[in-house]
Amino acid sequence: MRDALRRWLASLGGSPALPLTLDRRRIFVLPSAVGLVWGGALIAMLLTAINYTLSLGFALVFMLAGLGQVALLHTFRNLLGLTLKELPPEPVFAGQPARFALALDNASSRARPALRLAMAGSDEALDIDLTADAALTFHLRVPAPRRGWIAPGRLTLSTRYPLGLIRAWSYGQPQQRCLVYPQPESDRPPLPPGDAGTLGLRARGDGSEEFAALRAHRAADSPRHVAWKAWARSPDAPLLTKQFDGQDGGELWLDLERLPATMPLEQRLARLTGWVLDAETAGLRYGLALPGQRIAPDRGPAHRARVLAALALFGLPS
Amino acid sequence: MMFRRTAKAAPDLPPLGAQRTGWLLAVAASALLPHADHLPGWLGAVTLLLFTWRLAQWKRGWPGASGWIRTLLIVAGCAGISLTFGRLFGREPGVALLALLLVLKLHELKSVRDGHTVVLLGYFMLLAAFTYSQTPAMAALLFAAMGVITAALIALTGPPAAPLALLRQSGWMLAQALPFMLVLFVLFPRVPGPLWGLPLDAHGARTGLSDSMEPGSISQLSQSGEIAFRARFDREAPPARDLYWRGPVLTEFDGRTWRQGTAARRTGGTPPHPVAGPRSGYEVTLEAHGKNWLFALETVAALPAGARVSDDWQVLSGDVVRNRRRDRFESVLAARPGIEEWSAHIDAARRLPRDGNPRARALAAELRRQSGSDAATVDALLRRFRREAFVYTLTPPLLPGADGIDAFLFDTRRGFCEHYAGAFVFLARAAGLPARVVTGYQGGERNSVDSFIVVRQSDAHAWAEVWLPAEGWRRVDPTAAILPSRVERGLADLAAGEPVPFVARADLGWLRTLRHRWEAANNAWNQWVLSYDQQRQRELLSRLGMAQPDWQTMTAWMAALCGLMAGALTLWALRRAPGRDALARAWAGLDRALAPAGLGRAAWEGPLDYAERVAAARPDLAADLRAACTLYADARYGGAPLAPAAREIRARSRALRCHRTLHHR
Repeated sequence: MRDALRRWLASLGGSPALPLTLDRRRIFVLPSAVGLVWGGALIAMLLTAINYTLSLGFALVFMLAGLGQVALLHTFRNLLGLTLKELPPEPVFAGQPARFALALDNASSRARPALRLAMAGSDEALDIDLTADAALTFHLRVPAPRRGWIAPGRLTLSTRYPLGLIRAWSYGQPQQRCLVYPQPESDRPPLPPGDAGTLGLRARGDGSEEFAALRAHRAADSPRHVAWKAWARSPDAPLLTKQFDGQDGGELWLDLERLPATMPLEQRLARLTGWVLDAETAGLRYGLALPGQRIAPDRGPAHRARVLAALALFGLPS
Repeated sequence: MMFRRTAKAAPDLPPLGAQRTGWLLAVAASALLPHADHLPGWLGAVTLLLFTWRLAQWKRGWPGASGWIRTLLIVAGCAGISLTFGRLFGREPGVALLALLLVLKLHELKSVRDGHTVVLLGYFMLLAAFTYSQTPAMAALLFAAMGVITAALIALTGPPAAPLALLRQSGWMLAQALPFMLVLFVLFPRVPGPLWGLPLDAHGARTGLSDSMEPGSISQLSQSGEIAFRARFDREAPPARDLYWRGPVLTEFDGRTWRQGTAARRTGGTPPHPVAGPRSGYEVTLEAHGKNWLFALETVAALPAGARVSDDWQVLSGDVVRNRRRDRFESVLAARPGIEEWSAHIDAARRLPRDGNPRARALAAELRRQSGSDAATVDALLRRFRREAFVYTLTPPLLPGADGIDAFLFDTRRGFCEHYAGAFVFLARAAGLPARVVTGYQGGERNSVDSFIVVRQSDAHAWAEVWLPAEGWRRVDPTAAILPSRVERGLADLAAGEPVPFVARADLGWLRTLRHRWEAANNAWNQWVLSYDQQRQRELLSRLGMAQPDWQTMTAWMAALCGLMAGALTLWALRRAPGRDALARAWAGLDRALAPAGLGRAAWEGPLDYAERVAAARPDLAADLRAACTLYADARYGGAPLAPAAREIRARSRALRCHRTLHHR
């Protein structure tokens, strides 16, 4: 019910999708708890002024009432024109908090003190003081207990500045989801030994590096393996990478189906995730075999990300 | 610029820092200071001690008051307050209690919420201070205090800031609130108070006439320069000698004290007898005096609604006059009312105690025999006062309890108006004439600045009234027979050595002018600010052209005007539409820098195309312009931060402006 109301409010000024500049249709104002108490106190003071026929008492009460009205406007203005943007979130492992990176931009000559940014689903909030003509980047953490995509919650940017009597707030909806890899199994067995083409193949495991061939350079290749001499001879030609047999320890297939079927799926994925990390550390080339999906052996950050993403999303509806 | 990570769970309870605590101390100081002179002594001392302790804790890091000390103090404080005042409710104990709570709350500041409590208590203390004094100086002081308290409120919400900046912001916000205050003040429908029974101490002791008179009661009043009321006449004010402001009429006499009679208790909404003659209209602004009578000139012909007049022509309000009030009267100055007086009232005006004052009785009988007619007897009595060596003095000797009138008439012969009026009425009754004492005020001083007639307590007077069958009640002022200038010019001409009240002195002309100015300013303040009540409100609004100033119309106007002002303020606040942010302004500035040289951007041109076109035409400008246009495109379309881009574009525009002009020379 309450959430439906918020969704409706958030949609009032148009889609709340980020990036978003807060215009007046998107900003809501209501008295805060302090403001309600203040209103009650004003009524009590008004009755006192009437009862004792205090003309200056009236003046005082009316001044405070006017101040409340002015506070409403100032509070509203403290949010007006701010721009909320999002940056692509970095993937995390389950168990770590997902980090949604956001930027708040104040393109005006007024400082915007005492802002508070909170995200639904996150149990922390950011208290932000923005100076004039300034932008600030920060991230909000949301617990990510399970693998898969985690969508950012609705953002609420609010402020009570300057008097604390009024709360002005606005909603924003970040669009980019954060990918959560499976949590690596902590007490996992060592990498399996390689056997050609299957569960874990480690060709010539000790890493004797015999030059085998040259192939086109890929971004993920280590600079140590670039054929610098070939490049020096003809700088205009594309870079080549030297390929070695049994390079840094060889090739490894990580196959889900090779793990005992009695093991729960999540644990198997956790183990494979752990092994991906281990293989990467050991400098192995590794491939991933999942039912219906194979990723050829390779290594480097891009490959690792691809493999981990496949593990994260395995069996989940996209 | 910064951000802090906080748990969502307790958003309202961030701890107070040292700076906020300092502000709360300032709140307490500015809220308590206006009460310094009326808190009971012991409580003032306790408050000061607790405040100083908290100050030392804040400044020097002294240990604070622990929970049980605070509990002890609040229990002891309440006990002390109820012992001092005899109760815990009402204005005085209420203010004392608030002061104690405020200063104790200072020792219990944990969170921002405690800070808000202190701020609200502070505002309440300001309101309470107005129940004691509403002078312009007090108003200025309290509104300054309001600035401090509001600055504290900002400090509670905002980030740490310089005290001066907070005060400036608070002043700025209060200045914006001022128009709302004025509109609400003028248009908020005023309800006549009180809404509930006021405690006895709601209004302090007042000086003024009482409903009885004995030797010494009025001369005591004459020492006071306090203003009793002010009057403004529709036309030229009558001369001072004709201004007899009628107060309590005293008919019953017990040998020493004069009291009101039955005629005073019979009241009606219109004068008891018709009054014929030319009428003077005037308005009286009466200061609160804690009694239920009003003062009108003799003889009153028209009353304000709600007022009543007794059979002996005293004007009464429905209720005790607790607040300054304003009434319109019309009077006929030369009237002789009451030819057809009820016989009961005439009989009451003849009654004397069975015995006492034999010499006075003998004198009266003697004069009566010599005169023959009633009117001649009155003249004979007055002649007697004029001829004998009577002295008008503010310091008459004490008279004996029995036969006081004899002692005054034949032995001391020194007295003030109440002696003369009392003695005259006694003699007249002894001579068989119906007579009574009238108390009130006589004369008044015309303020040269605002033309109000100012009547002070020192103008308090007593005179006599004699009923003559052919004319009705005739005013007789025996004091005027002894010292005619008393009714012409007030007390200023008393014999040397008399303790003439300072305000009644005739010398020191410049001081008088100054006083007139000051009092006129005070009067304007009273008339337009402090006495702005239902009646004044209707008058003003009618004069402003509001056809029907009832509460609905006022509320409608109030809402409309407040809405209008809120709208104006909103327009001001939003005068920079969100679309024209710093980047857009900087971008427009770039165009302004180049357009005079014919290098303006066409509406259809994108920033990068524009840069290339101008760069081709003017290679000298190419570097700066390309940089600026790229920055704009990146920030506007590429998601780069707006503000730094805007700053940089502004810098480039300045450079381009210089280049462009240089080239032209």
